[in-house]
Amino acid sequence: IPHLSSFSLGPGAGQDVGRSCILVSIAGKNVMLDCGMHMGYNDDRRFPDFSYITQNGRLTDFLDCVIISHFHLDHCGALPYFSEMVGYDGPIYMTHPTKAICPILLEDYRKITVDKKGETNFFTSQMIKDCMKKVVAVHLHQTVQVDEELEIKAYYAGHVLGAAMFQIKVGCESVVYTGDYNMTPDRHLGAAWIDKCRPDLLISESTYATTIRDSKRCRERDFLKKVHETVERGGKVLIPVFALGRAQELCILLETFWERMNLKAPIYFSTGLTEKANHYYKLFITWTNQKIRKTFVQRNMFEFKHIKAFDRAYADNPGPMVVFATPGMLHAGQSLQIFRKWAGNEKNMVIMPGYCVQGTVGHKILSGQRKLEMEGRQILEVKMQVEYMSFSAHADAKGIMQLIRQAEPRNVLLVHGEAKKMEFLKQKIEQEFHVNCYMPANGETTTIFTNPCIPVDISLGLLKRETAIGLLPDAKKPKLMHGTLIMKDNSFRLVSSEQALKELGLAEHQLRFTCRVHIQDPRKEHETGLRVYNHLKAILKDYSVQHLPDGSITVESILIQATAHSEDQGTKVLLVSWTYQDEELGSYLTSLLKKGLPQSTA
Amino acid sequence: MAAHLKKRVYEEFTKVVQQQHEELSAKKLRLAKPSKSAALHVDLCKAASPADALQHLLHFARRPVEAESVEGVVRILLEHYYKENDASVRLKIASLLGLLSKTAGFSPDCIMDDAINTLQNEKSHQVLAQLLDTLLVIGTKLTENPPVRMRLVEVACKHLTDSSHGVRNKCLQLIGCLGPVEKGVAKEAESQSAKDVQKIIGDHFSDQDPRVRTAAIKAMLQLHERGLKLQQAIYCQACKLLADDYEQVRSAAVQLIWVLSQLYPESIVPIPSSNEEIRLVDDAFGKICHMVSDGSWVVRVQAAKLLGSMQQVSSHFLEQTLDKKLMSDLRRKRTAHERAKELYSSGEFSSGRKWGDDAPKEEIDTGAVNLIESGACGAFVHGLEDEMYEVRIAAVEALCMLAQSSPSFAEKCLDFLVDMFNDEIEEVRLQSIHTMRKISNNITLREDQLDTVLAVLEDSSRDIREALHELLCCTNVSTKEGIHLALVELLKNLTKYPTDRESIWKCLKFLGSRHPTLVLPLVPELLSTHPFFDTPEPDMDDPAYIAVLVLIFNAAKSCPTMPALFSDHTFRHYAYLRDSLSHLVPALRLPGRKLVSSPVSPSITPNEDPCQQFLHQSLERVYNLQHLDPQGVQELLEFTIRDLQRLGELQSELAGMADFTATYLQCQLLLIKALQEKLWNVAAPLYLKQNALASAAAKQILEETYKMEFMYSGVEGRQVVIIHHMRLQAKALQLIVTARTTRGAEPLFGMCEKFLQEVDSFQRCFISELPHMQGSFVDKLLDLMPRLVTSKPSEVVKILQTTLRQSTFLHLPLPEQLHRATANIIEPTGESDNPLRFTSGLVVALDVDATLEHVQDPQGTVKVQVLYPDGQAQLIHPKPADFRNPGPGRHRLITQVYLSHTAWTEPCQIEVRLLLAYNSNRSKAAKIPKSTWSDSMEALPPSENGIEGTIPFSKPVKVYIMPKPARR
Repeated sequence: IPHLSSFSLGPGAGQDVGRSCILVSIAGKNVMLDCGMHMGYNDDRRFPDFSYITQNGRLTDFLDCVIISHFHLDHCGALPYFSEMVGYDGPIYMTHPTKAICPILLEDYRKITVDKKGETNFFTSQMIKDCMKKVVAVHLHQTVQVDEELEIKAYYAGHVLGAAMFQIKVGCESVVYTGDYNMTPDRHLGAAWIDKCRPDLLISESTYATTIRDSKRCRERDFLKKVHETVERGGKVLIPVFALGRAQELCILLETFWERMNLKAPIYFSTGLTEKANHYYKLFITWTNQKIRKTFVQRNMFEFKHIKAFDRAYADNPGPMVVFATPGMLHAGQSLQIFRKWAGNEKNMVIMPGYCVQGTVGHKILSGQRKLEMEGRQILEVKMQVEYMSFSAHADAKGIMQLIRQAEPRNVLLVHGEAKKMEFLKQKIEQEFHVNCYMPANGETTTIFTNPCIPVDISLGLLKRETAIGLLPDAKKPKLMHGTLIMKDNSFRLVSSEQALKELGLAEHQLRFTCRVHIQDPRKEHETGLRVYNHLKAILKDYSVQHLPDGSITVESILIQATAHSEDQGTKVLLVSWTYQDEELGSYLTSLLKKGLPQSTA
Repeated sequence: MAAHLKKRVYEEFTKVVQQQHEELSAKKLRLAKPSKSAALHVDLCKAASPADALQHLLHFARRPVEAESVEGVVRILLEHYYKENDASVRLKIASLLGLLSKTAGFSPDCIMDDAINTLQNEKSHQVLAQLLDTLLVIGTKLTENPPVRMRLVEVACKHLTDSSHGVRNKCLQLIGCLGPVEKGVAKEAESQSAKDVQKIIGDHFSDQDPRVRTAAIKAMLQLHERGLKLQQAIYCQACKLLADDYEQVRSAAVQLIWVLSQLYPESIVPIPSSNEEIRLVDDAFGKICHMVSDGSWVVRVQAAKLLGSMQQVSSHFLEQTLDKKLMSDLRRKRTAHERAKELYSSGEFSSGRKWGDDAPKEEIDTGAVNLIESGACGAFVHGLEDEMYEVRIAAVEALCMLAQSSPSFAEKCLDFLVDMFNDEIEEVRLQSIHTMRKISNNITLREDQLDTVLAVLEDSSRDIREALHELLCCTNVSTKEGIHLALVELLKNLTKYPTDRESIWKCLKFLGSRHPTLVLPLVPELLSTHPFFDTPEPDMDDPAYIAVLVLIFNAAKSCPTMPALFSDHTFRHYAYLRDSLSHLVPALRLPGRKLVSSPVSPSITPNEDPCQQFLHQSLERVYNLQHLDPQGVQELLEFTIRDLQRLGELQSELAGMADFTATYLQCQLLLIKALQEKLWNVAAPLYLKQNALASAAAKQILEETYKMEFMYSGVEGRQVVIIHHMRLQAKALQLIVTARTTRGAEPLFGMCEKFLQEVDSFQRCFISELPHMQGSFVDKLLDLMPRLVTSKPSEVVKILQTTLRQSTFLHLPLPEQLHRATANIIEPTGESDNPLRFTSGLVVALDVDATLEHVQDPQGTVKVQVLYPDGQAQLIHPKPADFRNPGPGRHRLITQVYLSHTAWTEPCQIEVRLLLAYNSNRSKAAKIPKSTWSDSMEALPPSENGIEGTIPFSKPVKVYIMPKPARR
């Protein structure tokens, strides 16, 4: 019986980057995956539309749990709004590092929106705290039983510290949600990994659906070389970053390079969030890559020797230095201040490690503008070198395919990407893995049919008896078994027929099939019998064929008797009789006998 | 004969002692035998509970059992086995049976039937598995007996249908280890079960239990190892196993596929879902490449490693491994490597990167992009980017092996190797530098690649820098800018790390001699000469200036026009450097008056080295002059030794040879001197002093012979004979001296006997060499042997004395290559005045860094010795991992030595030095006769010639330490 299980795509995400929020119904359980916000909007559109989930009634009643894959705001930004303002009291699952870092980011986000932009009707600090109280932290590969039927399990996803992929399982139906993941390791995190869990559905991000990336080493080497050269020249290097994630990777990269090459120029990191976050990076060593994990006994790599906290006054210091400053797009704050100070000197350099939104200073200088108009009609001439260096931590097309190969899902669903690019990947997935692939739009619901397997208990005695009959047990092939299926109290049991009879208090009835086969044979009855016996003996070598003294023949438990036809002595009637257990052999014998006896047997 | 005669000597002198001893040991044996098995029997019978019996068995297993009593013990165990109801006790008994059959000298065929019988009625799967294991042990001991093996294999086949994975596992293992390998025998003699072990094992490739599947593959591999040619049909099955759910199955399957690809590289296999066909080795290569991105890192390591040894793969597939087919937004994108190459070839080398410089160009046909099933595509790119460094190292190693066999691939993989120089793990960086060095004769570095390579010179790790210098020694550079760049970076390195001086000079030496034409245009700039003006003379002691000169002089060697560019002071500096750093500065043929500095006369052809000639001439002189009067011989020997020693100092290539012969002559000289003592015939006690000299000589000769035998690499059998012969002479001398100095014959008995034993073993070891030793000491001695063994010690001594005097001087043939093991402690330097302070009773770690040259098997032989001022000596065995091997014949020891001592009142110096340990059992002498003597030699008791000792082979370094009393 095909069983219906629907996975519906909820309020956010779909073919869009930002505002991840997916609703999954699996075997009657409803799970919300991620609860992100959109950076681009400042109105209602920034949060997912939760009224989509349920029009009337409380969310808590409808949702069984919420899972957050990692701490980026486009995956967790709407969480306090959702739990405190809309109202949800059920469990929220995330990994330990995510639980630790998430509130820092939310608080920062709140500060910017409320304190700087002066918005009202936004969640408060207390709300963030209350929200975090509802969070249940999980370990990697720990199976968490949400309720009796629903269980979830986290897998390592790379991307950022604490990012995880989640397997959601009800009975034997399962979904894997990847969140954002990275299949190539970097300087501080390992690669995503999943076992062959063969889920019914894999929900994968597809940010780089149409890209196959070059090796990371070239980029790293370029980056280091540029920084090194500038520093050797006596220039200053500015690297605008977002506080968390890539920043740590670049720090590790520079820190180890400084250590290796014995460099002395100072590296600064503008303070703020970072110190707190670095603290957590130090704590969650088990979530980092092999190198950091192996060497932390001697020295924790996040205890930077060469990287110090930045002070505003340092920007005017003479001599070479490297400064990491926020924000990443050079649109405001410390990074812009430093940029203005250093832009005039051609010895200096700014390295943009990520994408810049149109309209920001970062975007302008990247597109080659050398004269910038600052506030107050000031013209800033940019003489410093401008470099772009992309360090992205998403899986590329090859990585996505690799993950699909590892997990072997029966269906794939692509989210978090652009429709056109996803189309290409979808086609590839269908072509190479022969599985269905879906790419729903925002708010669209996708339903997937599964073939759930139904576990049945079998008694050991019966299993042993039945396996002993056939040849060697073969893992891959289905096996035929005889028994009685008892469905009682919501459980299935396969028992031997004797036991079933006993349990149900029924008497055993025997069912016999008999069949008459007419054969033209002028000889005597017992001679015909003998001929039939010889014939069967010759054909059925593996069975025990016996000729009984009373002239009847037995093949295993099937009885064959030859009698003369009452009217026509030339025709003999073969009476074949078998029980229903021997149906297969019995019908085979009849068809065999119907073909007649070979003439040559005298 | 000799042995027989020797026995009579024993009887005569040491009758009583010997017999008593034998008597005693025999008794012991007899007592032990019955007691042990009997005790076991009693114990087992008494055992009240299974746990009790188990205890007895465990206790019993701790002691060894003599070979003669094994069978008895086995019977008792079996008897108990049948009676025992508890499975765990039976299991222990079964495992004991296996343990007992391993006993050396016991042939287990007598218990095989019993062991097989026990299988019949056994119900417990665990015990069954253990019994099969026992059978495996028995089988492996009886490999020479085909019927037994066949029988065991049949037993195993019977139990293959068991429902327990453990039993099936063991069965497969047994079949793999004992299955018939020789085709002919199997077919004619044996039943059908034996005929096709491959099929039987192959059937279990699809077993339901992953452990059994693994065991099946392993058994197949075992068969292959034992020489059975696997059938090609297995290939398909093995390919299916690559997609198994379990990593150990996949890992084993990768191995199997590799084996098959080596067996049938040229067979053709179809590509599924198309009607094309490819070579099997290519197909297998593609499949293994695919496994480089497997989910389990164990499999990835395995796959990456095996790729390296698939050299028959076609170049088309090979080059795919480095191509990942980049794209961005469905448009083809060039890799950074390709862009770099283009930039380089377009001549515009350093351009600041603009945003979008790497913007993708052409559109890609979406249908043609193959994302995953592309076989070899990008396998190495993935492997080198793997998160586990084990995989990365394996990938680098594989790259190295493949590049060594394919120059075009070497050229292609260069970019990737260069990238690996920036790996986060030092081991990987080091490995890739070594790899690059190994393939360096196939490649020429582009300038941009050189740039990246040179950037690593600033690495703070000494290992990395030295490996890089080593690499630069054998790198081909394409342009003069490249050479300049390399020089500049090396000089930068020199200023940053002055300790690298020697290594950098050496590197520049090779760089210069490899690229004379590229250096030529750089000379004026490098020497900062000016066509019109005189420039100031550079400081001769500046290491950087020396470095430049080393480069130039070595280039000038094969570039005769270069010296014309030198200024006057350069010639002066040349003369100075040629003398002070002769190993770095070659002899140059300079024009005109400057020729003085070069000792090379033009008449000598280059392939006949004058030094070599000198060496041989002086040796011949010595060997010819042996009939001169003793005084003359002594003088000549002394002069020759002096000459040789000086030669060794001057010519580093000949140092080993010269030292070796000098040592030998020194021994000879000592021997002659000792024998020349005129007072030998006078009563001993009056001339104690003289005897002291002779005994000292004997002792020194002994020491020197050990040095000769163990400190030189390249010593061959012929030399070993001579060395041993010299040692024998020294021992004879010792014996004579002892005989002179001691009163009474008692202690002499033992000594004489020992000496004769040694003569005997010498004869046995070197019987093949004896014909070459006409007229030598041992030759004469062997002639006299029958007399010697019957004579009294005093007579023996007399005979020895005369033989020693009459014997001739043996010619020491020289091997092709001879190198003396040397060690140089770099750290500690011994110059520090700051004592190393530590609390007494605790330990302090002292970093020791040393270079070793020409040491064979340093892990086993090199030791560190620490001498404390109170005479206490401490011997430390460094860990095998502390030795690195930067180049052939060279090793580097970087280790930590832990020091500790009780409190001192003031700081004092301790001495640290390296020792070379030797053990004459493991010596070359023991290896040589093995070819001629097979069995009798092995039976020799080890004590006879098992002398262990150490030779100091480095200068001691003093370290100032100060253990402070602990503060309370």
